[in-house]
Amino acid sequence: MAKYLLLKHYRGAPAPVNNVPMDEWSPDEVEAHIRFMNDLAARLESSGEFIDGQALSPDGVWVRYDGEGRPPVTDGPFAETKDLIAGWMVIDVDSYERAIELAGELSAAPGAGGKPIHEWLEVRPFLTERPTVTQ
Amino acid sequence: MIVDAVELRELVPRVLSVLVSRGADFATAEDAVQEALIRAVSAWGDESPADPTGWLITVAWRAFLDMTRSASARRNRELRVDTEPPAGAIPSADDTLRLYFLCAHPDLTSSSAVALTLRAVGGLTTRQIAQAYLVPESTMAQRISRAKRTVSRAGVDRPGDVGTVMRVLYLVFNEGYSGDVDLAAEAIRLTRQLAGLVDDDPEVQGLLALMLLHHGRRRSRIRSDGSIVPLADQDRSQWDTELIAEGIAVEQAALGRDQLGEYQVQAAIAALHADAPRVEETDWVQIVEWYDELLRFADTPIVRLNRAVAVGEADGAPAGLAALAEVDEHVPRREAVAAYLHEKNGDLELAARLYANAARNAPSLAERDHQTRQAARLNQDLQRHR
Repeated sequence: MAKYLLLKHYRGAPAPVNNVPMDEWSPDEVEAHIRFMNDLAARLESSGEFIDGQALSPDGVWVRYDGEGRPPVTDGPFAETKDLIAGWMVIDVDSYERAIELAGELSAAPGAGGKPIHEWLEVRPFLTERPTVTQ
Repeated sequence: MIVDAVELRELVPRVLSVLVSRGADFATAEDAVQEALIRAVSAWGDESPADPTGWLITVAWRAFLDMTRSASARRNRELRVDTEPPAGAIPSADDTLRLYFLCAHPDLTSSSAVALTLRAVGGLTTRQIAQAYLVPESTMAQRISRAKRTVSRAGVDRPGDVGTVMRVLYLVFNEGYSGDVDLAAEAIRLTRQLAGLVDDDPEVQGLLALMLLHHGRRRSRIRSDGSIVPLADQDRSQWDTELIAEGIAVEQAALGRDQLGEYQVQAAIAALHADAPRVEETDWVQIVEWYDELLRFADTPIVRLNRAVAVGEADGAPAGLAALAEVDEHVPRREAVAAYLHEKNGDLELAARLYANAARNAPSLAERDHQTRQAARLNQDLQRHR
């Protein structure tokens, strides 16, 4: 088994095919999208492949250490930051192919007109523990 | 007679306070009580002993002695603890109450006080508490043992008071529920217990009433898929009339004691909502009056925001928007309220934009989805009329 992070971006991913903002969909389309996401998570849970899923607020700040005895410096948010993570799903699957397959399914969530969004998702393998048998 | 898990947990604070009153240190005594609970579950099987409290006290005390012995053996010290428990008085209500105060010690952070209260007073296991707050069990175990060390160090000299205990229970209630433990029901159980111990503060009754009134509406507030149903759209036939009736009775008794406080005022507002058979029959004028009262106790942006909604219902959208203008720009959910009031005022385009903003800035997924639906609904209407 191997763990993968499926990353969804607010910004920074290539534009999806069906690129209409969610508040311009019809209420039924919004409903269908939410149902699709819930169903997919439930299905992965029942197949024993779901680890975690979280959504992030678009608001955030940059923070860094500013020296002994000083409070950390905060800055931003920067409108020009290219990459903005919207959320993630962590899965534990048998193969790389399976991870790609599931990311593809997630990307097919319905959007405007009930058509798949074709949203780009980033798939990142977790660095693993060193295996016991290495030769 | 079979004692169920909740009945068993009812006994926890009494058992723990007996151990502490016999001189056991709080941290070890608490572990010993947990140990006794685990043994009770397997030992009692189909039938519980005639005196469950006595059984738990005896077993917890032995567990405490074992723990103390092995700890002192590790330190190569002499065993000085008697095998027989010293004759201790039956736990009094004051002892149990002191336990509540200890777990809400002002030196504890709120998350620690919550965890310690659920374990030491509520009798939940670390695993159950961890599941309820969606953190790993080892993290919760560390949080609880740090909390116990803090409390032991700070001593019993200046524990919390009824006010800090109520804040902790309110936090537990507000967290809702996840995992196999219903935190809202647990908070109600503990607040009910607290109300039985404290007879000089109607705020405890106010808090209990507030919880009962909100809990009574829970089934209609959230759909099975987790989505939010606004108050106006709730199916009131699904409300738990028994809980609501109890909440109203408790609130009336509290108000009758003529010592008004924040929780009683919040409960009064909840009672007015619960009292309306249809949303159109809500007594908004009186609700605004209670919000004015609430401002005297807690002048916070959130109270002002909620008051603006009530003003919008009582005196019309323009009045609500005027009240909203005085609310801090940065308070969460302000845009959602602004959207609602502008929609009510007939400014649909502005309302749709504000709903979309509210979705972007929503503090929870359920709210984000809800605000997105609102924006989608208005945008669809606008398109149809174009």
